[in-house]
Amino acid sequence: MSTVQGLSRRLFLIRSAQAGAGLTLGMSISGQLLAAGEATDFEPNAFVTIQPDNTVVITIKHLEMGQGTYTGLATIVAEELDADWSQIKAVAAPANTKKYANLSMGFQLTGGSTAIANSYTQMREAGATAKAMLLAAAAERWKQPVSSLTVKSGKVIHAASGRQASFGDLAAAAAKQPMPKKITLKNPSEFVLIGKAKLSRKDSGKTDGTAIFTQDVQLPDMLTAVVAHPPLFGATLKSVDASQAKALPGVKAVVKIPSGVAVLADSFWQAKKGRDALKLQWEGGSERSSEDIIADYKKLADTPGLSAAKKGSVAPALASGKHVLEAEFEFPFLAHAAMEPMNCALQKDSKGVEMWYGCQGQSWDQQNVAKVFGIAAEQVTINTLYAGGSFGRRATVGSDYPVELAEIVKAWGGSAPVKLVWTREDDTLSGYYRPMYVHKLTAALDASGELSAWQQRIVGQSIMGAGKSVDHTSVEGASNLPYAIPNLSVESHNTQEAVPISWWRSVGSTHTAYAVETFIDELAHKAERDPVEFRLALLKNEPRYAGVLKLAAEKAQWAKSLPEGHFHGVALHKSFGTYVAQVAEIAAQKDGKFKVVKVTCAVDCGVAINPDVIAAQMEGGIGFGLSPLMFSEITLKTGKPQQRNFDAYKVLRMRHMPEVSVHIVPSAEAPTGVGEPGTPVIAPAVANALFAATGTRLRKLPVGGDYFTA
Amino acid sequence: MAINFTLNGKPAEVDVAPDTPLLWVLRDELKMTGTKFGCGIAQCGACTVHFNGNAMRSCSLPVQAVEGQNVTTIEGEVSPQAKALQAAWDELAVYQCGYCQSGQLMSAAKLLRDKPQPTDDDIDQFMSGNICRCATYQRIRAGIKQAATSLAKEVAA
Repeated sequence: MSTVQGLSRRLFLIRSAQAGAGLTLGMSISGQLLAAGEATDFEPNAFVTIQPDNTVVITIKHLEMGQGTYTGLATIVAEELDADWSQIKAVAAPANTKKYANLSMGFQLTGGSTAIANSYTQMREAGATAKAMLLAAAAERWKQPVSSLTVKSGKVIHAASGRQASFGDLAAAAAKQPMPKKITLKNPSEFVLIGKAKLSRKDSGKTDGTAIFTQDVQLPDMLTAVVAHPPLFGATLKSVDASQAKALPGVKAVVKIPSGVAVLADSFWQAKKGRDALKLQWEGGSERSSEDIIADYKKLADTPGLSAAKKGSVAPALASGKHVLEAEFEFPFLAHAAMEPMNCALQKDSKGVEMWYGCQGQSWDQQNVAKVFGIAAEQVTINTLYAGGSFGRRATVGSDYPVELAEIVKAWGGSAPVKLVWTREDDTLSGYYRPMYVHKLTAALDASGELSAWQQRIVGQSIMGAGKSVDHTSVEGASNLPYAIPNLSVESHNTQEAVPISWWRSVGSTHTAYAVETFIDELAHKAERDPVEFRLALLKNEPRYAGVLKLAAEKAQWAKSLPEGHFHGVALHKSFGTYVAQVAEIAAQKDGKFKVVKVTCAVDCGVAINPDVIAAQMEGGIGFGLSPLMFSEITLKTGKPQQRNFDAYKVLRMRHMPEVSVHIVPSAEAPTGVGEPGTPVIAPAVANALFAATGTRLRKLPVGGDYFTA
Repeated sequence: MAINFTLNGKPAEVDVAPDTPLLWVLRDELKMTGTKFGCGIAQCGACTVHFNGNAMRSCSLPVQAVEGQNVTTIEGEVSPQAKALQAAWDELAVYQCGYCQSGQLMSAAKLLRDKPQPTDDDIDQFMSGNICRCATYQRIRAGIKQAATSLAKEVAA
């Protein structure tokens, strides 16, 4: 018998009812806090629920995909609330743009390493207001002034009389308190959780198989859908013969949808066998190979592009340079390859649509799915589950796979829930890749060895769909170069290809950091200066950049002698407001190849909310960034991606993982994100170490089997 | 076709096409979803189970091969090795997205059973069949070592 393991509408209502029994706090879109039930012009927006059983439920508006947002956002609320960490429970927010918008975007989306940054004040205020109302309730009960009470580890205490009460005891009374007119946030010196302790994670169930991912959703009478997609990007269906597929056991329906042909069956294996039995003919589609694309991009790189940054006069400075260096870089398409291939569950009834999946862009998905069915966005209920990784893949403007499932259900017309399951091949072949790019850099050192001119041209598809204007996601990390260079021009060309593309962990920095940081290194060597010292001299007005660089160099013992066959490389980059420097140590192996053995990482992300989560994100970000340096690439041959699964799309494994040490710069600046900024720095750091070892500059990624054993 | 086997110490019977991979029998027929689908070609290890005590990729094992055999999944893996690993995983905050971790833990439990004090090379060799895209490898390594240490203390005590 099937059981309902996903979050159902019924369970959601139960949870809401439980919430109503205690103190529920919400916040308006303008950031003003409201108590549930209070007459108001603003819609309440619950973040904190204190239940009579003393559980503090924190509603998390961001997708937990491994980055630790359940832990991070809960820490901020718990800090201001002075809750005990053990009483905190984190749950996913429903889809509701008004209530749960990402405040840096205006709509509900997790991305751009913004979860902590956009929520910091909002979560602090949510916690502080809850605490103020608990204090007021205790003051009323004990007939004591609020000033005589304290809150510690989930208890309100009246020290003079020795009385104390738990949050749960006070919940009902606190709910009747008026909203505090003014709340006072803690001085950071009073923090007991933020930056202090190693806190257990709040995304539990991940060590015993009980955590529910989309893949695990079981609903009564649910069917599984597997889709045959066109072999080329832009191709469409010419004909399908589904007679054999329909005759197979368990196959319930075969339907044509805009993105292909879907087979619905009782189980995944039956649906997949049904797909294998389809006789399909496709037409059209792009047959361009990676070589064609690169050749075109290289031609474009020789011509001036849209101006992304300009300072001084580059042409004369290049002409008068003592040494002029030139370099051309090639970057391939990259698949995100999250461990859980894309998937989604959906059920339609007369009231609307309910969905269960690791939703990253609730506002887009609600709108796009609603459009398929011709209903209002509010009629699309989304239960956001844990995502088995994303790295950017789950948030697409057009909601590719949620819309695919909606089209299946619409074409089929049945009422049973349907789960769309992509195989690894479907996922890898689906596109939405990190785009291919070519960079052409030219720079000059003047007679005194100073960096006098820098020209960088970046060619590739625009993720944001910018036509004739600069797409900042193509140039970020280059257009905001921190180095003091008097004459500079950063230009871009937006290209058009049939391949769907998207953001990939650290977005533009995935390529700009590599081109900039290996070229700077090359210039340092040409100027016969130490790469760290050369950079620091160009960062006199950039203390935070210089700070991480100095810290990483110090902790790695840069410029100290290394064991025979070991080499250092350094790189530095800021993305999403977070500064990261890394020193990579590589070791020559007996077979002439290399191993990355050690990485020393310094990070400045403002106030460090959870130091251990920051360390984890740097470790993981480094591992993620090593794959595209070493092995990962999607290449097109007459339009077809040549890598379909992990046998050909090679990624980092245990034997490749270096020992990573993370050092956090103490800071009182507003916190910034850490999900992405660790990723872009490692490839140039290792490439610079490979130069130290071999004297060769590596300008085409991945560097591959000549340097690393897969 | 009816197939009988022992799952987590209890008899199990399913009636499915004999070529159905064990993974999909566990997930779709028996509703045991702790074992994950990652690649379908035994490249990523997310679907690792114990098959007669050996770490096996269930995505590539047709269920007909399981007739009469012993299968243990993350739901039923209650060995001292598994318990020590799970405790270390929580203490060291090993997981991130968590999707691969059932497979990582099943592989690690088998490793510790064979080599109670694994070296870095042992870990590299045995654990490189399990991909973690969050790259939690450093903490997986630390978790295995911590579990090995705590198990050794239990034996000594």
